[in-house]
Amino acid sequence: MIKYTLRRLLLMIPVILGITFLVFFILLASPGNVAQMVLGPEATAEDIAMKEHDLGLDQPIVVQYIKYMWNALHGDFGTSWFQNFNVMEEFSHRIPYTLSLGFLAIGWACVLGIPIGIIAAVRHNHMTDYVVTFFSLLLSSAPAFWLGMMYQLFFAQKLGWLPASGVGSFKYYILPSLSLGGGILASNARTTRTWLLDVIRSDYVRTARAKGNKESTVIVKHALRNSLLPVITQIGVSFSIIMGGSVITETVYAFPGIGSFLINAVKTKDIPIVMACIVVVAVIVGLTNLVVDLLYAVVDPRVQLGSKKG
Amino acid sequence: MENLLEIKDLYVNYETDESVVHALNGFTLNVKKGETLGLVGETGAGKTTMCLSVLRLLPEGVSKVEGGSIQYDGKDVLSMNKSELRQMRGAQISMIFQDPMTSLNPVMRVGDQIKEVLSLHNPELSDKQKDERVDDILKLVGISPDRKDQFPHQFSGGMKQRVVIAMALVAEPQLLLADEPTTALDVTIQAQILALMKQLKEKFDSSMILITHDLGIVAEFCDSVAIVYAGEVIETGSIEQVFERTKNHPYTEGLFNCIPDLTSHAARLTPIPGYMADPTNLPTGCKFADRCGRCIDKCRQAAPEMVEVDPGHFVKCNQMEKGGSGL
Amino acid sequence: MDMKKEKTTSSPQKKKSQAQLILIRFTKNKLAVIGLIVLVALMLTSLTAPLWLDYSKVTHQSVRESFQTPNAEHWFGTDQFGRDLFARVIYGGRISLFAGLVTIGIAFLLGIILGGAAGFFGGAVDTVIMRFTDILMSVPGILLSISIVAALGQGLFKMLIALSVSLIPRQARTVRSAVITMRGQEFVEAARTYGCSNFGILFRYIIPNVLGPLIVGVMMGLGGVILQIASLGYLGIGIAPPTPEWGTIISENQANIMYHMYLGIIPGLFIMIAVLSLNFVGDGLRDALDPKMKN
Repeated sequence: MIKYTLRRLLLMIPVILGITFLVFFILLASPGNVAQMVLGPEATAEDIAMKEHDLGLDQPIVVQYIKYMWNALHGDFGTSWFQNFNVMEEFSHRIPYTLSLGFLAIGWACVLGIPIGIIAAVRHNHMTDYVVTFFSLLLSSAPAFWLGMMYQLFFAQKLGWLPASGVGSFKYYILPSLSLGGGILASNARTTRTWLLDVIRSDYVRTARAKGNKESTVIVKHALRNSLLPVITQIGVSFSIIMGGSVITETVYAFPGIGSFLINAVKTKDIPIVMACIVVVAVIVGLTNLVVDLLYAVVDPRVQLGSKKG
Repeated sequence: MENLLEIKDLYVNYETDESVVHALNGFTLNVKKGETLGLVGETGAGKTTMCLSVLRLLPEGVSKVEGGSIQYDGKDVLSMNKSELRQMRGAQISMIFQDPMTSLNPVMRVGDQIKEVLSLHNPELSDKQKDERVDDILKLVGISPDRKDQFPHQFSGGMKQRVVIAMALVAEPQLLLADEPTTALDVTIQAQILALMKQLKEKFDSSMILITHDLGIVAEFCDSVAIVYAGEVIETGSIEQVFERTKNHPYTEGLFNCIPDLTSHAARLTPIPGYMADPTNLPTGCKFADRCGRCIDKCRQAAPEMVEVDPGHFVKCNQMEKGGSGL
Repeated sequence: MDMKKEKTTSSPQKKKSQAQLILIRFTKNKLAVIGLIVLVALMLTSLTAPLWLDYSKVTHQSVRESFQTPNAEHWFGTDQFGRDLFARVIYGGRISLFAGLVTIGIAFLLGIILGGAAGFFGGAVDTVIMRFTDILMSVPGILLSISIVAALGQGLFKMLIALSVSLIPRQARTVRSAVITMRGQEFVEAARTYGCSNFGILFRYIIPNVLGPLIVGVMMGLGGVILQIASLGYLGIGIAPPTPEWGTIISENQANIMYHMYLGIIPGLFIMIAVLSLNFVGDGLRDALDPKMKN
């Protein structure tokens, strides 16, 4: 298990190098004079040339990339081109917000989504099942930013229960995390339902019934663990979706995480910030995938770590 | 001898989007205490449906018992409530399913799966006693007790079926429903498993219904035999009566003719022509009529009655006479 | 001793073609049928919009008419510049729906080519393609799209590229695993024993057999793409402003929805209804193509 974990961690390195190079390349190779944008329209050609030299833009992209990565490896993600602050420092303030929002969103999705799916499967073809199925479809069909705005309108504006935006106590996290996790919640409920229904019809569940088990024992002890396997895989995938969704949710709720930060950086081509975001997100996503695979092996005795390769 | 299980005139349908499948059509069968009954018929004849009906494990929603009765040990199975059913399943009647590969829970240790039966039906046993019983039954089916902490995927098909058998027998049920227990296994393993089942059945003094489509197995392991065709029993009797081959249902004859006989000089086997009657659209008369070489007008009009051709030997054919010689 | 008979229970029946059966099963699913009707209606209204709805209404500003709630003249009301929301939403559908179709189409084709090649040839081809998808999938799709749009700049065509790139890896993987599963099937082995060529096997046996689930995937994927287009529009990095698009419409009205709710609710409902219908159709299609999966 330790050997497998180390191997997976090593495999993450080329992937992160690949994605960072790709993003670095498309950002720098694309049209538009960055130095001009930084300095504003009144800058002279000399100013621009000087700035380009300062930022290292006059060197070949590969050289710039290697320099950037070398510094990043030493914890130096550079300085914002537009606002002159240290990217690493800013990030250390912002990442905790994004992560706690993300974990809370995943938390809702599991704590609410999985039981809802179980109830729907157990009450298959009853009213409850139809209602759950319909609402989960509805929830995964609505754009997250729009749902976020609707929550604001309803729970903050109309009812005044919760704050509409910003950060502070736990209350400030409820609406953003619900809108961030809403889609995953819905798909967790649907996946749990589908797989549980599938497993309920399997031979070994019939065996469990033939032994004289109570229906509730059949579901909890025999069916559930088997049907949660695909849900675990899905939670791994969800984490990536959550990291992406945080860009939108944080914008809607004016939440000071890395998502809202990235959007502004992208619009201004503030490459150090964009790069840092990509690196951080790729590492977080990679690590969660690893954790999910390890978890999967714990739950399913058939999985042999190491022999399974993406 | 007393009957342990009496199935009388049982009708079961499966309802799908497109049609209604008549799986059992007046299925009647008696199993005596201590008896091993071989149940023979083609795939789709309703053998598995019969077993699931006895345990009341027919898939909910799609299947329906339309009529008839099932008596087990004098109790009416079809009117049992949930808790009575649970008491019966696993403890009184247990079932060995056709496919050992999928019948075991993949994420549970095999020992725990066997022990679960004891926890359900012998709660008076201490944990240690249950473990001992599990070890004993594993030894009996020829698996070393050290393997009880392993998972099903670590066992071969034959070994899995041994685990399934251990699970079915650990609570010492009175009736064992074995649904083609060896079909999914290699021929060399088949004989081992069947011999094991026979030995264990005798040890625990249980009755058994052995479902198979292999008459050879029936001859070797069973006391009596019932032939099933399109959801009904068309012939039943002791092994001697049926295998004597003097008074058989034409379908049974057909089955015998499909067995290669090394002593005869016949150049080739005689298959039964045609296919089994469509269970979504059954004929009104004898369901075998279309494939029967001796079909007469009467067969098309009304379903034949069961005729007792010899004491204890019944054949459902219009051309049989009570105590008579058939053709 | 072994005398298993032919396992055949099928009998001569009124034969229905496969396509007919699929159609029958599909029409039995009421939600799927409703979804299909709604979807076709949405596409037709937006496609034919230039015939019955003057485009100038989309951009026509009139301060006197600002913030009108839905009424007989302006069915969906007007925004802060007095622009007609109905015209904007209908014309917006042209972009949202058809950009979605084109994006998923590109991703579908490239996904089949890449995934098919990886699954079918295996070896080095597989390794290279799979590592490439690993890299693209190491960050969430929307971040990748955002970065690409940031580099290329705004515009419909650029957004199509950005979205397709983020969709290709998953599509390629789905095709690859389907092809690998199929490759091992006995009928493919059998075809190989008849001396069928690699490409013959790929096109005659494997692709037709994996096409069903892929089409279902595309249906479901299209819903996702429409949501992504809206998200990019909302973030203000999708399509440049004067051209309306559902997400952009919501975004430009965001400041005012607290007091003029219809401005936010109506375009959002359109997105939701479109995606929901696609999901219903996708579900229905999946059940119809593969009756085994049906609950």
